Amino acid sequence: MATMEIRSARKTYGTLCVLEDINLSIGDGEFIVLVGPSGCGKSTLLRMIAGLEEISAGEIRIEDRVVNDLPPKARDIAMVFQSYALYPHMNVADNMSYSLRLRKADKPTIADKVRDASAKLGLGALLERKPKALSGGQRQRVAMGRAIVRQPKAFLFDEPLSNLDARLREQMRAEIRKLHRALGATSIYVTHDQVEAMTLADRIVAMHGGHIQQVGTPLELYDRPANLFVAGFIGSPGMNFVEGAVELGTFVMRDGTRLPLPEGMPETLGGATLGIRPEHVTLGEGLAAEVELVEPTGHGIILHLRLAGAVFRVLTTDRRWLTPGDQVQVGLPAGALHLFDESEQRVAPAPHPQQ
Amino acid sequence: MLKTIAHRVAILCFIAFSLFPLFWLLKVSVTPNDLLYSEGVRLWPSRVTLDHFSFVLANSEFPRFFGNSLIVSGTTAVCTTILAALMGYALSRFRFRGKLWLAGLLLVTQMFPLVMLVAPIFKILAPLGLTNSLAGLIVVYTAFNVPFASFLMQGFFDGIPPDLEEAAMIDGADRFTAFRQIILPLGLPGIAATLGFVFTAAWSEMIFALMLISGNDKATFPVGLLSFVSKFSVDYGQMMAAGVLALIPACLFFLMIQRYLVQGMTAGAVKG
Repeated sequence: MATMEIRSARKTYGTLCVLEDINLSIGDGEFIVLVGPSGCGKSTLLRMIAGLEEISAGEIRIEDRVVNDLPPKARDIAMVFQSYALYPHMNVADNMSYSLRLRKADKPTIADKVRDASAKLGLGALLERKPKALSGGQRQRVAMGRAIVRQPKAFLFDEPLSNLDARLREQMRAEIRKLHRALGATSIYVTHDQVEAMTLADRIVAMHGGHIQQVGTPLELYDRPANLFVAGFIGSPGMNFVEGAVELGTFVMRDGTRLPLPEGMPETLGGATLGIRPEHVTLGEGLAAEVELVEPTGHGIILHLRLAGAVFRVLTTDRRWLTPGDQVQVGLPAGALHLFDESEQRVAPAPHPQQ
Repeated sequence: MLKTIAHRVAILCFIAFSLFPLFWLLKVSVTPNDLLYSEGVRLWPSRVTLDHFSFVLANSEFPRFFGNSLIVSGTTAVCTTILAALMGYALSRFRFRGKLWLAGLLLVTQMFPLVMLVAPIFKILAPLGLTNSLAGLIVVYTAFNVPFASFLMQGFFDGIPPDLEEAAMIDGADRFTAFRQIILPLGLPGIAATLGFVFTAAWSEMIFALMLISGNDKATFPVGLLSFVSKFSVDYGQMMAAGVLALIPACLFFLMIQRYLVQGMTAGAVKG
């Protein structure tokens, strides 16, 4: 268990800069999720922490020790790979104990720790098997077992669930969360799946284009996204955006449709974007829209509407019978609106959305 | 169905075509001398004999050639494979300045016909006292085989996910330990293939052996075979018997390593 501190970290490959000015403090026992689309630099950042990539500038500290020039083995961290990276020529027990054997732990200790870890993960019956005789979920567990067996300072996860099918992923997600609660170890978890980020994280670090966009608790990112990218990335289905401008406290869409803004928003703003989450849009009174597509999810319906020339998604649990071509009226509650300026930054702190 | 049959027939034809010389070798080696020319062309002689084999083993210098060849080919295979494994790993895993040029240079070395190089190589080896010595042959064979063997090994290492040694390094190994304990065991098929390839290449090499070695003491088996050709006659029976015997180590070698050649040991390492 350890704290971590990343200061002005940078990563360049030749002239190509993939990470710039990364600053992040991670508390002891915290579960941090790095989330972003592919190519945003999140895996590179994780690998820099692990010591698998060099740090071009800045510094990374683990427990007040600068680890920039330490090889991975000296950093005392464990990592779970997306591919699991199990050693194919070793059985499960040997895979899990490899790190202990490298540290020349004595045999009874190794046996104890492997037994503990395999009991925690329900791998007891599989210890003699080779990786190729395991299912995807079992391999994933062995990879986790290999990480927890030596009680490292921190756990790093590089998209550990993305090779599993949806149901198993859900199950393993819960197990990772439980495991973290049981072990209390500092964890950094990389994913491109915002649902995983929301459900697992103590704090989410949203990344895009080699920069950190926002750091905060899952609900902070959901309720008060710092910019257009975070607003669009967090939440599923994604936030609706309408471009336009603010005039006299009213949002004017490109086609001239006007929408009153709540108190506290700026009076004028040229080139603004208005955002609202699909689940906050109400059906009933309001702006006229045409149904383009109906996607039933079982729990509710996702409606794709054409509103003021833009595609608008609405998530409703109201099971009314709608078909493409129908005309509906949608309400955009003032309290649920997010406003972003020309540089895509959030402007006014919108009040909490209506429940 | 028809396609499979056609496919099988084509393969059979090919096998027959490529194995026929070997069959002929065997046939002549067991044909008694008096029948060799008198029976005309037939697939199998009316009478077989092992006289040629016993003569070759007991009364010729063949056992010595055989031993020399074994030493040269075995040592060359081992040296080349060790060098090629290290080189192939570097080519596969590291980014370094001039990598492309290095790979290009390795390829260029493969472009020259060996005959062109015999004289310069002789010039280099003579002052070093490496002509007419098995060590000289080993050096030359190793030098000539390392480039191709390195590419071969690089290909095998490329097939092993780098995640594996990264996981090992995070588990507490340094890079060389990870290479030794994780990558090498998984690279065994590749190593076996390289060993086999280099061994057979060195085993059948003739030009350098002929030019760099004088006298029967240090001659390898392909050179030794020529001693069955005298000024006035060729003793085909004995020559073929020696040839059959020379096939044995190569065959044994491949029997030993074929398990690795067909086995995909990385199965199950990553997402299956």
